[in-house]
Amino acid sequence: MKILVNGAWRDTRAVDLAAALAELGYGETVVATALNGEFVPVSSRVGARLAEGDRLEVLAPMQGG
Amino acid sequence: MFKVYGTELRSRLLLGTSRYPSPAILTDAVQASRAQVVTVSLRRESSGERAGQGFWSIIRELGVRVLPNTAGCHSVKEAVTTAHMAREVFGTPWIKLEVIGEDDTLQPDVFGLTEAARLLCAEGFEVFPYTTEDLVVAERLLAAGCRVLMPWGAPIGSGRGLNNLFGLKALRAHFPEVPLIIDAGLGVPSHAAQALELGFDAVLINTAVAQARDPVQMAAAFAQAVEAGAAARLAGPIEPRDLAAPSTPLIGTAFRG
Repeated sequence: MKILVNGAWRDTRAVDLAAALAELGYGETVVATALNGEFVPVSSRVGARLAEGDRLEVLAPMQGG
Repeated sequence: MFKVYGTELRSRLLLGTSRYPSPAILTDAVQASRAQVVTVSLRRESSGERAGQGFWSIIRELGVRVLPNTAGCHSVKEAVTTAHMAREVFGTPWIKLEVIGEDDTLQPDVFGLTEAARLLCAEGFEVFPYTTEDLVVAERLLAAGCRVLMPWGAPIGSGRGLNNLFGLKALRAHFPEVPLIIDAGLGVPSHAAQALELGFDAVLINTAVAQARDPVQMAAAFAQAVEAGAAARLAGPIEPRDLAAPSTPLIGTAFRG
């Protein structure tokens, strides 16, 4: 199925958010996630089911003012 | 020394980490500034580049406190979600809350700001709201649970200094016990010294340091200015007056009478 990852369409076979992050290559990186605009904490990534057209945000620390 | 949310800070300079020429210059500038708090943000991370991971390890090595922001958020929902994400990644309840209402001036949307502040304070966040000098908005933010306010000096990155001196003085006078940090718009160290002389507790600087020809030297200059301003405040500045007052005693002046 196709999901929108940080604004770009990606194909995934992952059933949940944890699997999608692994499949997309985020591995052990420090990131925070939001699914369809809602924050998903690390502890809830396993079992956070994905559906066609879902919008996933994967954010990491960045310079800020 | 001043206190925010129970944390005592020696340095009255908070430093942004954005727009430096290189990571090495950022590191040197933070050290030269003697800042104990730096602001950070969250951005989309590509799994290939992993730019955020390198940045985060630089900040951790500096051993400073981080104040994550919600920069770029234009709605309550975006700001609240970003705050949750920041709390998890950075491991702090501190959040510099920005809800932007207007793109030319990056003026805060004070209506969205107070609403987001209310939601986040209720969830245990320690909110540093980026606001204007408006007294009524300040009152609402305090009622929402904020224990510090960050009024703007001038629009972000403009380098204009304290734009509305009257309004800022009124804010200081109206809330004598609330920690007030001037955030945004300062351009040179004298602006920072002025803010401290007026009784503001601290200043947050980013562009003025990061975009200076020599950011490290400018960071050191701001550190000195902030110390001078704070010392002057304690020393009790004289009131300006309209007419001259001779500084040399008149008694015993030669050639008179």
